[in-house]
Amino acid sequence: MNFSPQLEARFEKLLKSYPPGRQRSALVPMLLYGQDEVGSISDELIDEVARRVGVTPLQVNEVLSYYSMLHRKPLGKYHVQICTNISCLLWDGDKLWERACKKLGIGHKEVTADGQISLEEVECMGACSWAPAVQVNYDFHHFVTPEKLDELLDTLQSRDRNSPLASKGAL
Amino acid sequence: MLYNEPSPLETRVLTRRFSLPNSASIDTYLATEGYQAFVKAAGMKPDEIIEQVKISNLRGRGGAGFPAGMKWSFVPRSSPKPKYIVVNGDESEPGTCKDRVLIENDPHQLIEGCLIAGLAVDAHAGYIYIRGEYRYLIEVMDKAIAEAYAGGWLGKNIRGTGFDFDLYTHTGAGAYECGEESALLESLEGKRGIPRIRPPFPAVVGVFQCPTVLNNVETICAVPAIIRDGGAAFAALGVPKAGGTKMTCLTGHVNKPGVYELRLGFPVKQMIEEVGGGIRNGKRLKALIPGGSSCPVLTAEECEGATMDYDSMGQRKTMLGSGGVIIMDEDTCMVKAALRIMRFYAHESCGWCIPCREGTTWLRKILQRFHDGQGTRNDINLIGDISKNMLGRTFCPLGDAAAMPTISIVEKFRHEFEDHLNGKPCPYEHANHMVMA
Repeated sequence: MNFSPQLEARFEKLLKSYPPGRQRSALVPMLLYGQDEVGSISDELIDEVARRVGVTPLQVNEVLSYYSMLHRKPLGKYHVQICTNISCLLWDGDKLWERACKKLGIGHKEVTADGQISLEEVECMGACSWAPAVQVNYDFHHFVTPEKLDELLDTLQSRDRNSPLASKGAL
Repeated sequence: MLYNEPSPLETRVLTRRFSLPNSASIDTYLATEGYQAFVKAAGMKPDEIIEQVKISNLRGRGGAGFPAGMKWSFVPRSSPKPKYIVVNGDESEPGTCKDRVLIENDPHQLIEGCLIAGLAVDAHAGYIYIRGEYRYLIEVMDKAIAEAYAGGWLGKNIRGTGFDFDLYTHTGAGAYECGEESALLESLEGKRGIPRIRPPFPAVVGVFQCPTVLNNVETICAVPAIIRDGGAAFAALGVPKAGGTKMTCLTGHVNKPGVYELRLGFPVKQMIEEVGGGIRNGKRLKALIPGGSSCPVLTAEECEGATMDYDSMGQRKTMLGSGGVIIMDEDTCMVKAALRIMRFYAHESCGWCIPCREGTTWLRKILQRFHDGQGTRNDINLIGDISKNMLGRTFCPLGDAAAMPTISIVEKFRHEFEDHLNGKPCPYEHANHMVMA
């Protein structure tokens, strides 16, 4: 499986970060960084990562199903994550969530028909003092008002569909 | 960068560089006594370093509050196995966003803390485990680590001291449970984050079956100041049994939510009124969770005379926890709050221990019934029964974390559950809609 030179460099660094014989430690980071480039945890990615860290694809499957950020199905180009946990709830994060669902016509872990935006109601993302918070891919948005949410979603919807995935997390 | 205005009531120890330009850069760090604590520690005996940390009364800042110096002293330094420093930056306790601020604004402080911990326990490698959602902090940390290697503050024979230390970042991928120390170690080894039975404790058998010091980001960030200024100076900032400051996250219904560094023992009322600017919209306080969603809730009356430290919170049968303060005004529906908290624990329970796996899901369903107006009087007691049967019956504290706030909410706000009986509409929905409009 071919990856970008940046991702290959990241993988190489990861595999050297753990003591000899402990390369399995790189498994979860490799899956997450791999997902950022590939778009989801594909069968091919599972096989490739399994081979590189020296475990079976079944072992990779067992591990990946535990972690909520690892997705087997492709997400939207912009994955909009809205926190409704207690600190965000107290600043009406739940109402932001409902608003986004209504505006886009999709629900939890669903993707718009054009593949541009996916939605996820997430648990605490560590932005509690700047609530309510939304994360688009890896970018945080704090103190989000209903108006700011609308503006954000409009921007994401209208953004060039062919532009590179700039904010998927820099490698 | 900072996401909220600082408060003049803060005591700046861990955040002392935050207002400086380029506070995250090694140049700023070196210009402000950076890495001098490491140089000082390199000239001390390991036992002397540990002694200073003991004198400082530094207690674990992740939530459990275990004395850090004692934890370090459990590491068998004479073991032939390599020893490791692991930093817990999995910050996932609802209400908590302090480690994020510490890494973003002063990553070299964390590196220096790791170096000093390494000197103290004869460790030569460390891992900083950062939750997956904090991807940008991996970049911040990796950049700082690269600067430290380039400047000779990491690697072989650091600044001619003869001490070797390598430091790596490791990303999580979304799992609250991995903030629990033994689950974090499993995750760091490339497995599901299932907790380990203890003993043995990580100090003896940690990552890769080797002795491991595992501390929260904030705990390790306090270490350079302790060595630089002496353990006694740090201890003097706090209260008799707990030294220093606490990164405190004010969240919920206050006018100025934010992360503030407050000395341990800071009065709760002053924290709300003066640091937090009072309750939003001139409302009254109803309830407060002092240290993240797993701590029992305090009523407004119980907050009278309370101070932000382990003992004061312990006397009120709750915990200082992670410093994630959740403030709820008089219009907050406590049934809704309890439900949202339980939805979280039911989602995050790893399923390993049955009382937690089943208990959190049953409680979520019962609380949902109340929220929908379908609860019965018997259900109120059932919530208490199930919660109490989860306490102390699981490998890790997630079961307790789910049960404790729930028990306290039902006991202290039983009348609100009664208000939801027999299909009655939530009496707080109207008030909340008023706020939204």
